[in-house]
Amino acid sequence: MIEHVLQTLPQVIIDGLALGAVYAIVALGYTMVYGILELINFAHGEIFMTGAFVGTALLLSFSAFGWLSSMPMLLALLLVLVATSIVTGLLGMGIERIAYRPLRNAPKLITLITAIGISFLLQDFVRFITELKKGNYILTGPSLFTGQVNISASSIWSGFHDASVKSSFFIVLVTAVVMMMTLDFFVNKTKWGMAMRAVAQDRETAALMSVNVNKVIALTFFIGSALGGATGVLFAIQYGTIDPYIGFILGLKAFTAAVLGGIGNIRGAMFGGIVLGLLEMFAAANLPIVSDGILGAEYKDVFAFSILIIVLIFKPEGLFGKVSVEKV
Amino acid sequence: MKKWLNVFEQNKRIQATLIGAYIATTFISLYLAQKSVVAFLLLLSSLLFLYFTSFSNRVKWGIGILVLSVLLPLAASQGEAYQSYMEVATLVGIYIAMALGLNIVVGLAGLLDLGFVAFFAIGAYTYGIFATAQANNFMPFGKYPLSGESFWIFLIVGCVVAAIFGVLLGIPVLRVKGDYLAIVTLGFGEIIRIIFNNLDKPVNITNGAMGLASVQPPKLFGIEFMYPSQFYYVVLVILLLTIFIVRRLEYSKIGRAWKAVRENEIAAQAMGIPLVRTKLMAFAVGASFSGMMGVVFAAKQTFVDPTSFTLLESITILVMVILGGMGSVPGVILGAALVTILNLQVLTELTNWLNQLSLSGVVHIPDALSPAKMQRFIFGLILIVFALYRPQGLLPAKNPRFDEKELKSGVTNVADGKEGAKGVYFNG
Repeated sequence: MIEHVLQTLPQVIIDGLALGAVYAIVALGYTMVYGILELINFAHGEIFMTGAFVGTALLLSFSAFGWLSSMPMLLALLLVLVATSIVTGLLGMGIERIAYRPLRNAPKLITLITAIGISFLLQDFVRFITELKKGNYILTGPSLFTGQVNISASSIWSGFHDASVKSSFFIVLVTAVVMMMTLDFFVNKTKWGMAMRAVAQDRETAALMSVNVNKVIALTFFIGSALGGATGVLFAIQYGTIDPYIGFILGLKAFTAAVLGGIGNIRGAMFGGIVLGLLEMFAAANLPIVSDGILGAEYKDVFAFSILIIVLIFKPEGLFGKVSVEKV
Repeated sequence: MKKWLNVFEQNKRIQATLIGAYIATTFISLYLAQKSVVAFLLLLSSLLFLYFTSFSNRVKWGIGILVLSVLLPLAASQGEAYQSYMEVATLVGIYIAMALGLNIVVGLAGLLDLGFVAFFAIGAYTYGIFATAQANNFMPFGKYPLSGESFWIFLIVGCVVAAIFGVLLGIPVLRVKGDYLAIVTLGFGEIIRIIFNNLDKPVNITNGAMGLASVQPPKLFGIEFMYPSQFYYVVLVILLLTIFIVRRLEYSKIGRAWKAVRENEIAAQAMGIPLVRTKLMAFAVGASFSGMMGVVFAAKQTFVDPTSFTLLESITILVMVILGGMGSVPGVILGAALVTILNLQVLTELTNWLNQLSLSGVVHIPDALSPAKMQRFIFGLILIVFALYRPQGLLPAKNPRFDEKELKSGVTNVADGKEGAKGVYFNG
């Protein structure tokens, strides 16, 4: 049994890293908004999904115009990523303006309910448009970066099996790392980043220090949503087929990742995402074997949610979060 | 205009004449025009008008029960559409009871539960497993399916099992606050659905995605309950019982404790309210209503499978509560009735009508836009619009208002806290 687990380990790690990178960036959106507004932006998973659809639509129209073959693949990808992140970023800002800003002083329950409403609205809106254009709401993008790369893990240690990787894996990983590093630099080293951290610490005091709070919150939503949308494109490239309902469960898991790393903590969210992706892939690959086929791979979702529940019970501040004390 | 309204509000005789005429008209029109869904809905809405009249509560209840138990079935029973009308009415009843359960958790105790349908699923599977041959697979004793008479016992069993799961979910979850709670309950709802979907191995308990077919119909004194028109009465009785219990709970000690916890946890705790017990109680009571209705649902559909218990269902119930008004029993009843009728009747009728229009070539509506598929859109819109502009819902909750002077001067029996006691008023 152990032998089998070890044999599949290289493949599990590679798949887990790809999934984890996606979780990590989506988790960033949750954690940034939570850090600044103490609001779970339920619609963030849907923004990710919208990004996946916008990106796929762009890629499809690129290939319809024949541009995809006439320019380098990477350039096309870059163009699509930038365009998609602008679209979803604006979408996120719009959502904040319409649905969250009027309720900033309302009870949290109410804001959460609007967030769920937005999320349902987006799901159906995307379904409607896709179904209108394609006749079917499940969309398959053009296959890009499909070359297989073999990683001969067996040469490292003979107990491993070789792993095979789609070349899109490297694109996903590199883009994800670049995005995370840029964000980390932005938040920690620039003036706007400082303003964001100030607003997250204390909104009123930041306003007194001549920080334009509304602008900073809008910017936070823009960045979080832009990253989420771009990740949607990466997801569509890596996994091929998308439908309007991918956002909800993925968003939930990304939220789990954010909680795991300590909500409000940007580096924690990245770490939590990678860990959750690895754990989930590990569970999906090994649960059936370890339990003699009793627990199928379908239980991987149960596994992820159990992690969420366990973390919330025993360490609600997450791995890197600060313990918050409630004052009356 | 205002003067006339005032006169109208004070004169019970005019009200009685009008509501009587309304009920009679809609009754006759449904009796004569069987296919008219509009007449059916209008007859149902007489209950809403009844709510706004100024009769005493007892009279209102009397008329309401008369309309629901005699007039509505009688008027609908004259044509082929009888069973489909009763089907709608039964489902409305089931959803109202569930929404009342969720109202305790969300509306009174202020705990946002996004996995509420899990308890419904638990109730449905509790009856479904033992009322089919499925239980033979793992039960060491007894012969299954159990006969239809066991349904009445299972109403209680479903209630208790759901309540136990409510507490089981509650214990870990209540250590987390507010918005985390919403996410965890959402996760719980998904976990329950996935488990029911996969619990066909190693021992086949739920029959997985295939579902449980041909659940035994309930039996009472040798009569088998097969048709919606029969279930209608079962649901009606349970529903009346539920409403009675909910209203009693709301003004009891635990009900006031729930409201206190909703308004401010720390302050409530400082006033000596045991937080954990109060919240667990809310979860258990809310879940038990849902579990009981799950049993009825399983018996009525005679088929249980995991697809009936998705997240969309949980959100639908939440929409009912928000639309009607969190914490308001009449509001939630109205909300549940509106959403269920919208779902079952209005959207499908509208789709049929649009299909006919596009068949005859008047307008062309793309298939993607057919109203039956727009549920999510409509629900999302309702949630946003109500949260932004009318967070208190259609019929806002009323809190008893106490007149300080009267309380101090009078030595009458105010202490028992009954509604309508001297010095206590309902505002709004």
